[in-house]
Amino acid sequence: MKYFFFAIFLSPFLLFSQANISGNIESTFQYLNNDSLIGATQPDQKGLINSYMNVFYTHGKFKAGLRVESYLPRIQGYPNRFDGTGIGMRYVGYANDLVDVTLGTFYEQFGSGLALRAYEDRALGYDNLLDGMRLIVRPKSGVVLKGVYGYQRLSFQQGKLMYGDGIVRGVDGEINLNEAVKKLEDFPLTMVFGTSFVSKFQVDDDPSLILPKNVGAYGARAKFRYKNVTLDGEYIIKEQDPSNDNSKIYNYGHASVINLSYTKKGLGILLSGKSVDNMSYRSDRTKDLQDVLINYLPSLNKTHTYNLVSTLYPYVTQLLGEVAFQGDVLYTFKKGTKIGGKYGTSVNFNVSTTYQPIKHTSSINPLDSTGVAYITRPFDKSDSLYWRDINVNVTKKINKNLSFIFSYFNITINNDVAKISNDAAGIISSHVGVIETAYKINKTNSIRTELQGMFVEKENGLIKDKGNWATVLVEYSISPSYFFSFMDQYNYGNPIESKRIHYPIITCGYIKDATRFTVSYGRQRAGLFCVGGVCRFVPANNGLTFSFTQSF
Amino acid sequence: MKTYLSLLIVFLSFSHFFAQNELENNEAITKKLPSVKLKDYKGKVVNTAELGLKGPIIFSFWATWCAPCKKELNAINDLYSDWQAETGVTLVAVSIDDEKTKSQVAIYVDGKAWEYIVLLDPNGDFKRAMGVNNVPHTFLVDTDGTIVYSHNNYAPGDEEKLYEEIKKLSLK
Repeated sequence: MKYFFFAIFLSPFLLFSQANISGNIESTFQYLNNDSLIGATQPDQKGLINSYMNVFYTHGKFKAGLRVESYLPRIQGYPNRFDGTGIGMRYVGYANDLVDVTLGTFYEQFGSGLALRAYEDRALGYDNLLDGMRLIVRPKSGVVLKGVYGYQRLSFQQGKLMYGDGIVRGVDGEINLNEAVKKLEDFPLTMVFGTSFVSKFQVDDDPSLILPKNVGAYGARAKFRYKNVTLDGEYIIKEQDPSNDNSKIYNYGHASVINLSYTKKGLGILLSGKSVDNMSYRSDRTKDLQDVLINYLPSLNKTHTYNLVSTLYPYVTQLLGEVAFQGDVLYTFKKGTKIGGKYGTSVNFNVSTTYQPIKHTSSINPLDSTGVAYITRPFDKSDSLYWRDINVNVTKKINKNLSFIFSYFNITINNDVAKISNDAAGIISSHVGVIETAYKINKTNSIRTELQGMFVEKENGLIKDKGNWATVLVEYSISPSYFFSFMDQYNYGNPIESKRIHYPIITCGYIKDATRFTVSYGRQRAGLFCVGGVCRFVPANNGLTFSFTQSF
Repeated sequence: MKTYLSLLIVFLSFSHFFAQNELENNEAITKKLPSVKLKDYKGKVVNTAELGLKGPIIFSFWATWCAPCKKELNAINDLYSDWQAETGVTLVAVSIDDEKTKSQVAIYVDGKAWEYIVLLDPNGDFKRAMGVNNVPHTFLVDTDGTIVYSHNNYAPGDEEKLYEEIKKLSLK
């Protein structure tokens, strides 16, 4: 027994010699009040808390990691199937120059994610990790082969991981010809090719239909780069996959993306296109919303940051079908020119549009035994608009201490398709103007303000949806440790007078290296909170939020 | 009994971990740069732990949709050539943009004429390994690959504090 304790005492030395530990902690606490004006209610528990901690351990070629999560209970807007405390992620693995193997949970993306993407977004409570086995092989420079096998995370109940019904398998290969083939090393054209095959298996328990138990999704991608021009694209086909999403049709699905860009110092131009039809691909055909999606189909538009633009009318991809285009230009007028001034002036122009695809039904008998409901082709679009965003912004530095950003956005959304509001029907079109000012008082003190106005177009002389909005934000920061901010969103143009409400909120923060505390108190309006291509609805609330983050 | 023993092991391990952190010049547990394979924005695969750079490295996590991140990197860009000449530092801007906005990274980087090394982390592999909660998060790594300073925010003036930390390294 004495030796046993001696061994325990020694173990840290053995364990941590040349070992590396990293990770992070995040904890968010809310205390909420009743606020009948905005329809916010106090939960029975009054206080809500989400916490998690990641620990990653590497020792030479060995690696291991885990995440402990805790929802006691979950904060507002988080998926309702998160509760308790327990281990939400854990793995062990080994990696050298040839192989990289992981057993347990892992995140992965094939190509642009049209066929497979397992990822997490803590802020949204989104996590579709795979739990199983992954092997990555790099047989030679420029060649990567991947194989994955696992069940998908669906939820986290009573402190335990819960999985989707179906199992997910996939292989992916990619070759960078200029790295793999010696002769092409200095060839001016860069060429990368890739291909993936993904398959899911789920039991067929439908009494009336014969459902495919194994559903594949496969395709290829390529990327070319010549001097300043880059062209890349991917095309994925999905096999017959009758599901709740597509009303159990037996159509094949397809998705494609293509990007063409030209860049040089001071100029960037991008043209993108995306076409999607019947591409909801889940490891459980009965699920919906953001549950157990195997693939990733983000909307094709710019992610905005000013709150009125980003949260009032955001657009989410229609998995059942859409055709989208985007153009983006950023140009910086050089220092010392008339427009550039002393510091240079940047102008960004961005347009994105999304349309309904054409579904050809003339040669289709919807009642025949094939179950095929229509025919579509990539980029075959109708004139029915789902989304349009035209925006421009100019960044201008006046002197060492003062700078401005002027922005204009014209957002048009089809509320019948991409439902965002219960107070309007059809197309909602809005104009948003923002003036942001930043002023540096001295070496460490600075002040930043945002003035935002949103003007919703009237329909037949009547105010549409919630009408006009204004936002004022003032932020004072003392580098490197403190900030204080006050923001008020005011729905001054609401057609109903009693709903012309202010949403004031105060936030203070303290930052020391990798530690960060923030406290905020006030009202938050209901809205869609989006990160990347995924959005979560957050109900209106009024109260105190305290958050703590730490990296190590 | 078994539970208590395992708890004891965990406790001892961690107490050692933290105790050793206090000791200077103890190389047993330092936070080293993790090795993750990422692509640069031209498509070339690089290993984050083997970038082959000579001086200290700043890793700055950012995204095209993160306003304070862009402010920080634009502020440093105005000072970057002086910083490089005086300390030999290199800045690696790690974009956490996913497929939705990844194609806009090159547009922004070149449109703003940044001189940084730009890496893409579309599925958050490097972000996770570095323990990043949210962006902007900036790390300073010395020539041995040890993380010596990090800061999870940007306010105007923070770049001066970062530069002081870089200068401390070049004096060593």
